[in-house]
Amino acid sequence: MNLTDIIHYAFLQRAILAGTLIAVLCSVLGVFLVLRRLSLIGDGLAHVTFGSVALALLFRFQSVYTAIAAIPCVLLSALGILKIAEKARIYGDAAIGIVSSLGIASGILLASLAGGFNVDLFSYLFGNILSISPAELLVTAALFVIVLLAVTFLYNDLFAITFDEELAETSGIRVDRINAILVLLTALTVVLAMKVVGIMLISALLILPAVSALQLARGFKTAIILSVCLGVTSVVGGIFASFILNLPTGATIIIINFFLFATAFFVRKLLR
Amino acid sequence: MQIDIISIKGLCFSYQGNEVLHDITCAIKAGDYVGVVGPNGSGKSTLMRCLLGLNRVDTGTIELFGAPQAAFTAWERIGFLPQALQLFNPNFPATVEEIVRLGRLSRKRFPRRFDSTDTTATTRALEVMGISSIRDKLIGELSGGLRQRALLARALVNEPDILILDEPTTALDPETRESFYATLQDLNSNSGTTVLLVTHDSATVGIYASKLLYLDKKLIFYGSFEEFCQSSSMTEVFGPHSQHLICRRH
Repeated sequence: MNLTDIIHYAFLQRAILAGTLIAVLCSVLGVFLVLRRLSLIGDGLAHVTFGSVALALLFRFQSVYTAIAAIPCVLLSALGILKIAEKARIYGDAAIGIVSSLGIASGILLASLAGGFNVDLFSYLFGNILSISPAELLVTAALFVIVLLAVTFLYNDLFAITFDEELAETSGIRVDRINAILVLLTALTVVLAMKVVGIMLISALLILPAVSALQLARGFKTAIILSVCLGVTSVVGGIFASFILNLPTGATIIIINFFLFATAFFVRKLLR
Repeated sequence: MQIDIISIKGLCFSYQGNEVLHDITCAIKAGDYVGVVGPNGSGKSTLMRCLLGLNRVDTGTIELFGAPQAAFTAWERIGFLPQALQLFNPNFPATVEEIVRLGRLSRKRFPRRFDSTDTTATTRALEVMGISSIRDKLIGELSGGLRQRALLARALVNEPDILILDEPTTALDPETRESFYATLQDLNSNSGTTVLLVTHDSATVGIYASKLLYLDKKLIFYGSFEEFCQSSSMTEVFGPHSQHLICRRH
């Protein structure tokens, strides 16, 4: 079976399209999150997604509604992380830890109430992009447009607060508002990405393309463009490789990402 | 008649129950070059942060260009250079040009987009600071002195009416420090830029500034150097030797 034969499968076309859209979002947001030392927010929100998915499965929601049902819960948790950090006067990583553990604990309790872990829950934990339905692709495309438009319109504000919050504030930028928007966009992206790589590996899709790009980029826009190229390459490459070699898609995508990071790291060492 | 760029009345600020600033009242006029001095923990940086809205005051009022601080929006009229960036990342992937251009955001409304006038202003700020040749270098690759020059270029990119500088020369070697002060002097004398300079270096501020604001949680002295040098009460506060050091130019 060659590549041109594979591409004719409708499920694979949907997987590549959805994967590319999600890779673009993860790669763009990842640059802001990594530089703002919020790398693990993806992990925390993914754990909340686990709790939400377990709840949706308990009530036997259809697959496409499972993701939609998770959105308000994950958005609230994203704002909760910011509020806990602000009001309890603790660092962001500790706030992420609190929300993350609450999410996973809720998920385990709900899964237990539903009679244990089933196949559906496992597909969300480890991802199954090859099973993405036309309706799920439509939801992905709609959320992609929302997140990308927001990032495009707020690009310079996000750049400014990423460089230095106080300098941004003295430029008249509402830092608290932009921070809230950034975590909300991340929450939406996490919900989308759970089908691609699975809840367990979402943070890797947010972090790895960004840190690989940061090894090589000489400019902020360059970093974002490079991150997108690496993210899309890893997702599309991972889908094909997993299909041909009969491997789990999410894990294959992350392993390719790691190799891209290692390559970028060594190229940087060579160029220095 | 000189207009008040900054007007502070009865300002008090506390942090975690401790009063850091008590009943500060003063006015900065257009064209002033004010050296803000005082011992460690005297509230110098806190006062600057209150002016910029980074700290919320307990009581008292601050007016910037005649507008209450909370309602102030013309941030392009103020250039700010902090002592150090909050969480500076030496691997931050932005060029000097990108960072300087960020200063132009204060002129923009949503969606904040740059245009050719911003590119022209950025090029001019880089030229004024003599750093055009490093415009494509990453900000994290620069020495402390060059990085401060780049951040000063960012503060100057809007040709602001006032520059607020919080101990900007702490990380600089003596030669770079002199050159930095000379640039500020030039901006104040030739461009009429008002300068508010926080420093722990009382002797140096005596060479460049036209007014002295001495703070120790409350306002100890605010006035011209001539007034300061002739004040016997200040001799009691500083001692004759320190007063002589500050007044050696005046």
